[in-house]
Amino acid sequence: MRIIPIIAAACSLAVGAAALAQTPPEAPPAQGQEASDDGQLVVDVTGGRRAALPVAVPYMPTPQPAATAAGNTQALGRQVAEIIATDLRNSELFTPIGPSGLQAVSFPQVTAPDFAYFSTTGAQNLVQGFVQANANGTITVGCYLYDVAAQTELTRQGYVVQPRDWRRGAHRCADTIYSRLTGEGAYFDTRIVYVSETGPARRRIKRLAIMDYDGANHRFLTNGQWTVLTPRFAPNQQTITFMTYQDERPRVMVYELDSGRTRPLVQASHMTFAPRYSPDSRYIIFSMAVNGNTDIYRVPVGGGTPQRLTNAPGIDTGGSYSPDGSRIVFESDRGGNQQLYVMDGDGSNQRRISFGGGGYATPVWSPRGDLIAFTRTGSFRIGVMSPGGGGERILTSGGYAEGPTWAPNGRAVMFTRGASQGQLWYVDVASGATRRVPTPLGGSDPAWSPLRD
Amino acid sequence: MIMRKTSLVAIAIALSLSAGCRSRTAAELPPAPVSDGTPGDQDSSTTGAIVPGSRADFLQNVPSDRIFFAFDSYSIDADSRRTLDAQAEWLNRNATVRVTIEGHADERGTREYNLALGDRRANAARDYLQSRGIVATRMQTLSWGKERPAVEGSNESAWAQNRRAVTVVPE
Repeated sequence: MRIIPIIAAACSLAVGAAALAQTPPEAPPAQGQEASDDGQLVVDVTGGRRAALPVAVPYMPTPQPAATAAGNTQALGRQVAEIIATDLRNSELFTPIGPSGLQAVSFPQVTAPDFAYFSTTGAQNLVQGFVQANANGTITVGCYLYDVAAQTELTRQGYVVQPRDWRRGAHRCADTIYSRLTGEGAYFDTRIVYVSETGPARRRIKRLAIMDYDGANHRFLTNGQWTVLTPRFAPNQQTITFMTYQDERPRVMVYELDSGRTRPLVQASHMTFAPRYSPDSRYIIFSMAVNGNTDIYRVPVGGGTPQRLTNAPGIDTGGSYSPDGSRIVFESDRGGNQQLYVMDGDGSNQRRISFGGGGYATPVWSPRGDLIAFTRTGSFRIGVMSPGGGGERILTSGGYAEGPTWAPNGRAVMFTRGASQGQLWYVDVASGATRRVPTPLGGSDPAWSPLRD
Repeated sequence: MIMRKTSLVAIAIALSLSAGCRSRTAAELPPAPVSDGTPGDQDSSTTGAIVPGSRADFLQNVPSDRIFFAFDSYSIDADSRRTLDAQAEWLNRNATVRVTIEGHADERGTREYNLALGDRRANAARDYLQSRGIVATRMQTLSWGKERPAVEGSNESAWAQNRRAVTVVPE
C-alpha cells in the first residue's frame, strides 16, 4: 500500500497548471479492439506485431527543486523518465524517443505540451510528467499521456510514493501508458523472486533473492547456508513458497513476506518439492517422492492434511493451475518419457496434451489462460502451446533453457539460461525477442510476481 | 489498482497505513560462511589407525561408495550389484552403522524432474541393500537432483560420473 492516487490531493499540492486534475480516469479500452483511431496498438500475440510505436519521453520537470530521501526532485525527474523509456523499450511494443536529446519541458508545459515540436521527433505519443516533493516526505510522480497528432490527452495518473519506492512511481506510469496504448494489463511494477547462484557447481551457494522486474532494489532473503530452489510468489504476494535443503531435509517451505518467518508447508518424512500456488492463494500444490514414486498433492497454504491428486506409477511433478483454478497442468513420465498432462483441480480427468519427441517439462499456465509455457527437454528450449495441446511454438534458440515463468499480463516469459552457470533471461512471446535480466551474481528459477498493489 | 476517485480523507488513511507498514520485509541477511565440501564426497585420507565402522573403514573395504546409472535410468547393473554386495557385506559386519544414500542426476534434466530421478536412484540402491539383508531403518535417502555434481563439466564423462547413488557413512 505504498502507492496511492493523488487525484484530489494534487489539486492542493501542485501549483498552477500541472495539477493532477479532477478528471476521473476513463474506463480501460476494450480488449482486442481495432482502435487505431483512439491511438491504441493492435497486438497480435500469435502472428507477431506491428512495428514498435514511437513514444517520446522527455525528462520530467519539477515544480520546485527540493531534496528528498531519494535525491533532488530535479534529478529524480530525469531518472523517472529514463526508467519509463527503458520499460517501454523492454516491452518490445514501443520505441521510446528520448529522454536525452529531447527539448526540455517546463513545469507549466506538462499539461500544455509543445505538440508542434514533438511532431517533428516522429513520436506518435508523448509521455510527460513531473516529480514533486511533498511536505510529509513523500514524492508525487505525475504522469500524462498525449496523442501527438491529435493533440489530445489520452490519460493522466498521479502516484504518491515513499522515497524508497520512487522507482515504482516510474514503473506505474509506464504501466499506465502500456495499458492505455495496448488495452491490456502491464507488468512493469512487479518483482522477481529467484535463486541467486555463486561458486563452483560442486559447491554452489544458492540464496533466495528478490528484486524489481528490471533488476533494481535487489535483496537477499536467505543467507546461503542451505541450498534453496524453485521459489514462487503467492498471487496475493503475502508469501513465497520455495524448496530448501535446510537441515538436509529437502522440503517445501512458506516464507512470509511481512514477518520474514519461514515454516514448513507440511510435516512429511519424504522429500517435498515443486510447489505452486492456486490462483486464489489458498492452496499450494507440490510433489512428494515416496520410495522412488513421485506424485502431486494439494494442501492449504497454512498446512493441513495433503490431498493426493495423482497416483500413477512414475514421476508426476511440476503442477501449475489454470488462472480460473479449475485445472492443473503437470508433467509425467507415465507414458515412458516426460510429457504434459492436464487434470481437473481434484485430480480427476487426467489426459495427455503433448506428444512430441524428446519430452516436455515444467509446464506453466499463462495468466491469460490461453497458453502453456514449458521446457522442451532434449533440446532445452522454452516453448508455448495451447491448453488443448495444439499450436506448439518454440520461443528460444541456442543454449540451455529451462523453467519459464509468466509476466502477469501473459505477454512475456522469464526463464533460466545455462545448464551449469545460470542467468535470467526474458523472451517476448509475440516477437521472440530475448534479453538478459541483470542480476548481481548468477541466477536461476525466476518467478514473476503479479502487478503490485 | 486500488486507486481512482479518492478524497483527502482516504489519502490520509492510506498514508498512515503505509507509514505503519514500513518494515514489512525482512532485513537483508549477511552472507553465511561457505560450507566445506560437497555432501557425499567422502574423504578417504586418514591419519593413524582406522576405526572399525568408520567412514574410512567403509571406504577401505568396499570397491566404491557409489554406483552409476545410464541416462534417465535407475536400473542397477551388474557392476553396481557387485559394489552394493560389498557395501552390504560391510554393513552387515558393522550392524550399528546408519547410512544416507544420496541420489544424483546429471545436468541434462529439468530441476524438479531430476529431484525425483535422484530419489529414484537413491531408493533403487537402498532397495538392493535391503534385499541383501540391511534393514530399511538403517538407511535414509536424500536426493540432490542435479544440484551437487561430483564432476564439473558438460561432457559425457562428467555426466556419467554425476549420475550416481552414493552410500554415505558418518565419519
